[in-house]
Amino acid sequence: MSAINSAHSVVEPSPTSKHIAGAIVILYALITMVPLAWIFLTSIKSPPDSISYPPKVLFSPTLEGYCNLFTTRTRQTPDYIAALPAPTSTCDEVTRKRNMVIAGPSNFLPRFVNSLVIAFGSTFLAVFLGTLAAYGFSRFKVPLADDLLFFILSTRMMPPIAVAIPIFLMYRELGLSDTALGMILLYTAVNVSLAVWLLKGFIDEIPREYEEAAMIDGYTRLQAFWKVVLPQATTGIAATAIFCLIFAWNEYAFAALLTSGSAQTAPPFIPTIIGEGGQDWPAVAAGTTIFLVPILVFTILLRKQLLRGITFGAVRK
Amino acid sequence: MTLSHSSIVDKAAETAAKATPAPIAVRVRGLSDRAIAWLFIAPAISLLLAINIFPLLWAVYLSFTNYRANRPNAVVEGVGLRNYQRVLTDPDIWQAMQTTAHFVFWTILLQMLIGFALAYLIDRKFRGHAFWTTIVLIPMMLSPAVVGNFWRFLYEPQIGLFAYAVSFLSGIPTSQIQMLGNVSLAPWAIIVVDTWMWTPYVMLICLAGLRSIPDYIYEAAEVDRASAWRQFWSITVPMALPFIMLAVLFRGIENFKMFDMVTLLTGGGPGSVTEVASITLKREAFETWATGRSSAFAIVLFVAVFGLANIYVKALNKVKQR
Repeated sequence: MSAINSAHSVVEPSPTSKHIAGAIVILYALITMVPLAWIFLTSIKSPPDSISYPPKVLFSPTLEGYCNLFTTRTRQTPDYIAALPAPTSTCDEVTRKRNMVIAGPSNFLPRFVNSLVIAFGSTFLAVFLGTLAAYGFSRFKVPLADDLLFFILSTRMMPPIAVAIPIFLMYRELGLSDTALGMILLYTAVNVSLAVWLLKGFIDEIPREYEEAAMIDGYTRLQAFWKVVLPQATTGIAATAIFCLIFAWNEYAFAALLTSGSAQTAPPFIPTIIGEGGQDWPAVAAGTTIFLVPILVFTILLRKQLLRGITFGAVRK
Repeated sequence: MTLSHSSIVDKAAETAAKATPAPIAVRVRGLSDRAIAWLFIAPAISLLLAINIFPLLWAVYLSFTNYRANRPNAVVEGVGLRNYQRVLTDPDIWQAMQTTAHFVFWTILLQMLIGFALAYLIDRKFRGHAFWTTIVLIPMMLSPAVVGNFWRFLYEPQIGLFAYAVSFLSGIPTSQIQMLGNVSLAPWAIIVVDTWMWTPYVMLICLAGLRSIPDYIYEAAEVDRASAWRQFWSITVPMALPFIMLAVLFRGIENFKMFDMVTLLTGGGPGSVTEVASITLKREAFETWATGRSSAFAIVLFVAVFGLANIYVKALNKVKQR
């Protein structure tokens, strides 16, 4: 499609129509960014500012939301706080202004670490298994290949809650409930279907002649795979890995049903952050911001491969 | 004797290797291609069998029993087709299916209209279109649960930004703009968030469709003096149709399974007006603990998605062949 961009006057849109199109798209983009901007703004507001009416766009920024996100606090009498030694950190200071003292770390950091461990662990496994299977499907005549590939895809169509019922029972028997290992295996199984389909597409695009030439030069099939195919497929593998990572990072249904404590990830945890008298929105916004930033970075890195990833490799441009 | 024998075999193998074409000789030295193929494919398939298919079969078995996960020691009895009968005649479940259908229909319609329009505009290739495309795409990459949770704040009746914006534009006092707590507005509140999140997805696929149409077709139409309107309906739309249908397929399956965003926005409420199928299933399975019956419901849902997707893929292939 990129080969046909020659500027023929007949099909090239007129400057006016370009300007109008640009204006509408930019307006749409700005409107859809408002909720995200609001998340960030709320994260640096104080709790009273965050719930003021009319909504405040100008306010004095504070780190209170981030402090509340990472700590638990207890209320104390002003006399008690006045008697304390001078605050040692910004968070100490901010908390004491609200007549509270920091009691200890909150659960956010361990939940965040769980998200990292489970997302990276399952991505590594899914990409590893997926690359092998994709190479197998791409280069060899596998009996019933189409059926197997369809079977692999169909596992992704199941509603997560439907899968979660037997998985819940199975994990209870095997002692995998609420463990990082259990979640890694589950996410690997969900992601391996995506990985096989995407990577098969990428490996199909690498000419077979490369490996054949290497094998004539004395490489075995495995050596050719390792030294010729894998280096060629790096971009595809990286893109696939990022897609798997984003899925595992964002996943909520399995995490909410199958983890409750030690293996809980950030998505089911963030909505449970509450302060005194309801949800502590600046802290929720702070957690959401920290949670979303890696995805923003990955989206920008991945923008050229997005189409392929979201359609299971069906549309390649 | 054994020694000389083996050396004879070696020599024979060597001459054979020299005589045979290179690819086969390679195959003699390493693992056979067939062995490698299975060695490579088997791990992924085994994992899927263990984590997807075995549990699915187990769920099929449970769906014929009265098993309850919160009473693991109770005697499990077969109940035949009774669970299926109950699921298919349960008015709550039919209500949930209708709610799901309403949600799927409107989200797909809105996302198609806005997504296609955006793709059409982006395809005008205005200055900076690549940058703005990336910005437009951001919402679809985010976690529906985490972002859905924050939309709850935007929808707050008194203090929420959404209520403020609507009242600013319409003059209705903010205290009356209650999205999530209102029986008739709550389904739309969810449709708005889903559309905000997934329109970029449809846009991206439609854009690929528009870009797949070669310029010479439009040039030929220009030569024939076809109007812009005519070109749009007889070239642009039909040629982008397979892509549009692919987007409908993917969005349809995803939204049929919808769970996370709705759970966090409304939890199915107020009452049960936003209770989509997955939420009913979750309640039956993990709150009522009617494991047997909920397994039957899960199988019904799975068969429904699978069946609809199959019919749709067939239609899609027909369109592609045209």
